[in-house]
Amino acid sequence: MRKSFIDALAELAARDPRLVLLTADLGYTLMEPFAARFPRRYFNVGVAEQNMVGMATGLADAGFIPYLYSMVPFLCLRPFEFIRNGPVLHRLPVRLAGPGGGFDYGGDGSSHHGLEDLGVLRTLQDITIVTPADAGQARTALAHCHESPGPVYFRLGKDESFRLPGLEERFPPEGLTVTRTGNKVVLITMGSLCREVDQTVDLLAGHDIHCTLAVVARPHPVPEAALAALLATHALAVTVEEHVSTGGLGSVVAEVVAERGLACRLIRRGVRTIQPGLVGSRPFLLEQHGLDPRSLARCVVEALR
Amino acid sequence: MDPGPITGTALRRIILEKSFQAQVGHIGSALSVADIMAALFGDVLHIPHPRDPERDRFVLAKGHASLALYAALYLKGWMARATLDSFRADGSPLGTHPEAVLPGVDFATGSLGHGLSMAVGAALAARLQGSPRRVHALLSDAECNEGSVWEAAQFAAHHRLDHLTAIIDCNGMQAMGPTRDILNMDLPQRWAAFGWRVRDVDGHDREALTQALSAIDGRDHRPLAVVARTVQGKGVSFMENVLKWHYWPMNAEQFRQAMADIGAPVTP
Repeated sequence: MRKSFIDALAELAARDPRLVLLTADLGYTLMEPFAARFPRRYFNVGVAEQNMVGMATGLADAGFIPYLYSMVPFLCLRPFEFIRNGPVLHRLPVRLAGPGGGFDYGGDGSSHHGLEDLGVLRTLQDITIVTPADAGQARTALAHCHESPGPVYFRLGKDESFRLPGLEERFPPEGLTVTRTGNKVVLITMGSLCREVDQTVDLLAGHDIHCTLAVVARPHPVPEAALAALLATHALAVTVEEHVSTGGLGSVVAEVVAERGLACRLIRRGVRTIQPGLVGSRPFLLEQHGLDPRSLARCVVEALR
Repeated sequence: MDPGPITGTALRRIILEKSFQAQVGHIGSALSVADIMAALFGDVLHIPHPRDPERDRFVLAKGHASLALYAALYLKGWMARATLDSFRADGSPLGTHPEAVLPGVDFATGSLGHGLSMAVGAALAARLQGSPRRVHALLSDAECNEGSVWEAAQFAAHHRLDHLTAIIDCNGMQAMGPTRDILNMDLPQRWAAFGWRVRDVDGHDREALTQALSAIDGRDHRPLAVVARTVQGKGVSFMENVLKWHYWPMNAEQFRQAMADIGAPVTP
């Protein structure tokens, strides 16, 4: 997803001289083609995320559209206050693009797991948060958001080849896409995890449980109308996210259920406890946190009992 | 009414009047930078109009000295008297730390360690746009405790942003005491070590400040750090180097004394 994104960014840069790309010393082999093509508009700022965001504020104020690249935790958490006081407070078109939302860098250890970004950033009012499900949607989302007047955060995954059936590379203006239609149960997810949740729908079909699958591409601002319509027509909603359960997609949906007074039952599946020292591949960690297709299917079956 | 020329005394007078009227502190910091602001807004900054895209940029990184900035904006004729008089009132755009909604305030500040990064971005933008505009950031000495200041300093030196100037208001005091007791730093040495050209000047000598701030050295393309030696509370006898004026407001007697000290006595 990140390679498709940076490739698409280069195409955009060829058309828009306002576009500059800054990296906090990450993106080996990914950044070089852009740097070679646009040497005056590419800056490796060094391992200095706070300064990168502060500088982007100065650049955007002068008319540039800076894209900032680092891994999710370093991009969103370390410079959070710079994001808040910079592009958000000044309402400037700064773009944050980070790979590693969730357990993409599972084996690299807890410091590299991107599990709090949505919860933290969605406390900021004037930022758009984009969670592409696959590389195709990432490209479309980039083109769609490029002219947005305010800041945008793109939570990117690593996989380049997977395409979610039913998504067809669209970035829906209403914030989410229904890729499968069932009854009674709606599964709501975002980002790369859509692949596992799509497989969950297949497993459940084998139990004669037919689920609707909603893939959220823009969890913030909240796609309230689209979510409310789904929640009003299903008895059970299960949110599934590669993010802590606090403040993420499950919380977004819970707020809609509560504020609209909906009768839909909600189960929030996400990372509940972070165990220090638990390292492993993404599939292993998803299983540990009950976010693999089998665990998710079991959860739905038990809830319907 | 003509607001009058920008002088250290004119700025101090407004700082004292407005802080007394609003019954707030941060007086010592604003007095500390008054002569620096007089040099900047009176002599150095090229700002034909606060919305001119080719104007020089100014970042008050030490946002808590905002009264000195508001006073300068008023004396430049960019802020209405009524707006200045609304300082700290309910619904006023003038808080203790400046907001970017005000003409003449390029960036909102208040959290130390942010301003220089924004100034570096503004300077890089000027270079990319082929513009001769310059960028000045005014930091406090204690602000140099923040690691992000040095992230920004490194980038500016590496990219030879010689149209960028950091002025460090070196008054030797910070929120909880003297800087030498909290994190002692040899600031000229440190800025030089980070690749900046350094001028060490009397921060209350407007002529020396103007001269230092106007000196563009085209030879080595280093950004410029002006370490301005100042006195917190400068000009008011009972405030100089007294920490409580970072926090306390003046009573009526103290206000009368302060105004007399700066040579602008209150007429009864």
